[in-house]
Amino acid sequence: MKYTPNSPAVVKEMLDEAGFSSLDELFTDIPDTIKLKRELNLGPGRSEMEVGRELKTLAARNLNTDDYPCFLGAGAYDHYIPAALDQMLLRSEFYTAYTPYQAEISQGILQSIFEYQSMICLLTGMDVANASMYDGASALAEACALACANAKGEKVLLPDTVHPEYLQVLKTYAISGRMEIVTVPSRQGVCDQEQMLALIDQDTAAVVIQQPNFFGNLEQAPSLAEAVHQNKGYLIMAVDPISLAILKPPAEWGADLVVGEGQALGNSLSFGGPYLGFFAATKKFLRKIPGRIVGQTTDLEGKRAFVLTLQAREQHIRREKASSNICSNQALNALAATIYLTLAGKAGLQAIATRCHQLAVYAAGELEKAGLKLKYEEPFFREFAVLLDDPAGANRRLLKNGIIGGYELKDAMLLAFTEKRSKAEIDRLIAVLGGKA
Amino acid sequence: MSKLIFEKSREGSNNFSLPPAEVPAADIKDSIPVSLLRETPADLPDVSEVETVRHFVDLSHRAFGVDNGFYPLGSCTMKYSPKINEWAVRLSGFAHLHPYQPVETVQGAMELLYNMQNLLAEITGMDALTLQPAAGAHGEMTGVMIIKAYHQQRNDHRRTKMMVPDSAHGTNPATANVVGFDVVEVKSNSRGLVDIEDLKNKMSPEVAGLMLTNPNTLGLFEEEIQDIAAVVHEGGGLLYYDGANLNAVMGISRPGDMGFDVVHLNLHKTFSTPHGGGGPGSGPVGVKSPLADYLPVPVVSEQGDKYVFDYNRPLSIGKVKTFYGNFGVIVKAYAYILALGAEGIKDASQQAVLNANYLRRQLQQDYHIPFDRLCKHEFIATAKRQMDESGVTTLDIAKRLTDYGFHPPTVYFPLIVKEALMIEPTETESRERLDDFVRAMGRIAEEARREPETVTGAPHNAAVKRVDEVTAARSPIVRWEG
Repeated sequence: MKYTPNSPAVVKEMLDEAGFSSLDELFTDIPDTIKLKRELNLGPGRSEMEVGRELKTLAARNLNTDDYPCFLGAGAYDHYIPAALDQMLLRSEFYTAYTPYQAEISQGILQSIFEYQSMICLLTGMDVANASMYDGASALAEACALACANAKGEKVLLPDTVHPEYLQVLKTYAISGRMEIVTVPSRQGVCDQEQMLALIDQDTAAVVIQQPNFFGNLEQAPSLAEAVHQNKGYLIMAVDPISLAILKPPAEWGADLVVGEGQALGNSLSFGGPYLGFFAATKKFLRKIPGRIVGQTTDLEGKRAFVLTLQAREQHIRREKASSNICSNQALNALAATIYLTLAGKAGLQAIATRCHQLAVYAAGELEKAGLKLKYEEPFFREFAVLLDDPAGANRRLLKNGIIGGYELKDAMLLAFTEKRSKAEIDRLIAVLGGKA
Repeated sequence: MSKLIFEKSREGSNNFSLPPAEVPAADIKDSIPVSLLRETPADLPDVSEVETVRHFVDLSHRAFGVDNGFYPLGSCTMKYSPKINEWAVRLSGFAHLHPYQPVETVQGAMELLYNMQNLLAEITGMDALTLQPAAGAHGEMTGVMIIKAYHQQRNDHRRTKMMVPDSAHGTNPATANVVGFDVVEVKSNSRGLVDIEDLKNKMSPEVAGLMLTNPNTLGLFEEEIQDIAAVVHEGGGLLYYDGANLNAVMGISRPGDMGFDVVHLNLHKTFSTPHGGGGPGSGPVGVKSPLADYLPVPVVSEQGDKYVFDYNRPLSIGKVKTFYGNFGVIVKAYAYILALGAEGIKDASQQAVLNANYLRRQLQQDYHIPFDRLCKHEFIATAKRQMDESGVTTLDIAKRLTDYGFHPPTVYFPLIVKEALMIEPTETESRERLDDFVRAMGRIAEEARREPETVTGAPHNAAVKRVDEVTAARSPIVRWEG
């Protein structure tokens, strides 16, 4: 199946008109020595029916969370996606468009991004937000790089309760030589505030706190913001957007930069991507935030209009001085988040967050009744760790019972509860984990 | 004027509901300390489903995608996105997979990733490949990190500079900078190609490599690529291929055979996945075998009769993203390669180059073409004549094109050409479309001569008149304030 519309006869005419005798003649500027003298080993072209069949066969070899209740979280969550959302995403004016450089014919996309930025500000309590980044982890790395570029020191302190993959990504970005990453051992599954405070000094550019943290626990380290600010560093928080319906917004913690994984807002799990990272900040960072930002302005007739703005920060102007090289956003994923937050709405998002929490609290109670113990005693939002001798074995048993279990820790299993999980599913999970099934 | 979603909010109109609670509806204050709770709910809009749908449909009417019309944005490869790709990615067995599911429950997805690594390695002529980077610029960053890690591993710490041609995409120097290199700019010669003498003068034991796009941003093939590669390699550097323009040479010449050591691809350009209004994309990175150990973890490999994630790679640069990359985008690109096969992939490049040369010839009459010779998938025209005659700029022409129903080309890029219009038609446009575009460009040239204010006052038919970018930047309003 090809998608080229010109017939061989038309191709011939076009070659003639352009002054070429053959298609090969279009490539005489490529030295023969580096031309491929054989056909690519990609197999033959296929009809649409064959492509469909082949992909359906591959898809059918995966267990999906539509058919199997899933208790995995650890950074990606199986929330319900309202039916109207995908219908809007399938508007091809949205999904086949490029970045809205030409403002006048891209007002719809620009407005949707402006609405997205506003919603992220409302959830986080921050002053400004960008148009989104690749994912939560890369947004965190960009936030740390920004903090280091603006603080005196280059030390980034973070407790080991931050998602291990976020930490890995951060360490990879630190190959720049402009960030020193220091992990601080946690206590009882949360940041050890005493130890953290002892490490904050003049060289500290940022302290990072994830809320809820990787283990699902809620961090309570009220003194960190003040301490890091006293040393002219910044507090960076990585937060879960669903939790912000009920949890204190990071602005009230004194955060300067706020990032997070936005997948839970209407984006399917999709085996890990594409997702979106959100990025918000206090006003003072407005002109320094990486990535795209949409601003409100007027057209020549004074009508409200939207446009990509503050582009002087960006690579296509400053090139070799740019502090970030990102030149896109996850526009369609951000659109999904915007539609999701609208479809759920103010009360709906609270109801979803509350339901997740109540299901998790119920599950924790039932697990304890079944003789199991939680690994930590800290308050949690929708995820917690339950102690198990053999988490891998437990997951195998769950799978045999038609359940996708949790994330395996050394001596425990991290279980996540979304509003999609029913009481019956949770009871079945507990029966298996408790050895009763 | 279209209202913001917040301005459509009416208390009590959103009827979103959950199934009845089956577990005790305990007060959250019993399980979470009050000090951790939010006092007032986030002021999200309260809008009914029907008005929500109408709002976003209305927004879509004020957007312009490839499905709306011709989109000749240079270096962006705005080709048609086949619809079966959108169908495929929505299959439950792809859309609803958790990234941490046991590997034996996702063997179909793993096979797809594994096959994709191999297909892209074959197309580029590279030995190993990662699918992890989320976009082109992210791929660049990954590739340049690999170059840095390679030199560091060999204890060659002097190589603190990265060479970038003056015609390069803006992300190249930005990437080099964020990975911690100083940028050395290499000049273009009068033919629009890398100036080899300048390259030789700038190559030194302090240079880690050269980032190059081939064909370059003028749409010209770097004919001396083998000499370029020799200069860089003999100087101990590595050669980086920016894959933004791969659509010109697939099945004809491979970066790996040209002498490149690291390659990034843009699945959202070359392999037909839609641009999504700015993303998501996918930026796989391929390397020659001496660099394979540095690829991000995990790499998908075959172990006996199953596919596994290989994390045991001590020299790896680490991770640039959570999980395994933009899987959904990869599925679409995979469907595209399956559909086209070897012959179709080559045909795509041939037709892309034909369309560009056809358009270049047709536009000669009315527009200045600074490098008027055989081009690859794109070429540069300029508004030089119009500027000289009536002060009509490239920007004016771009805005006027939208009145004729076309998305404008990339403008004012590359930076080395004044008033540039960078035109990339892609292979999925028919001759009729190209002819329509030529006619519109002709009419605009005519208007520029006879009634320039029609062009300078454009757009006339868009949702808004020309927007005030200066005020937007000077007094930024970046969120709804109520």
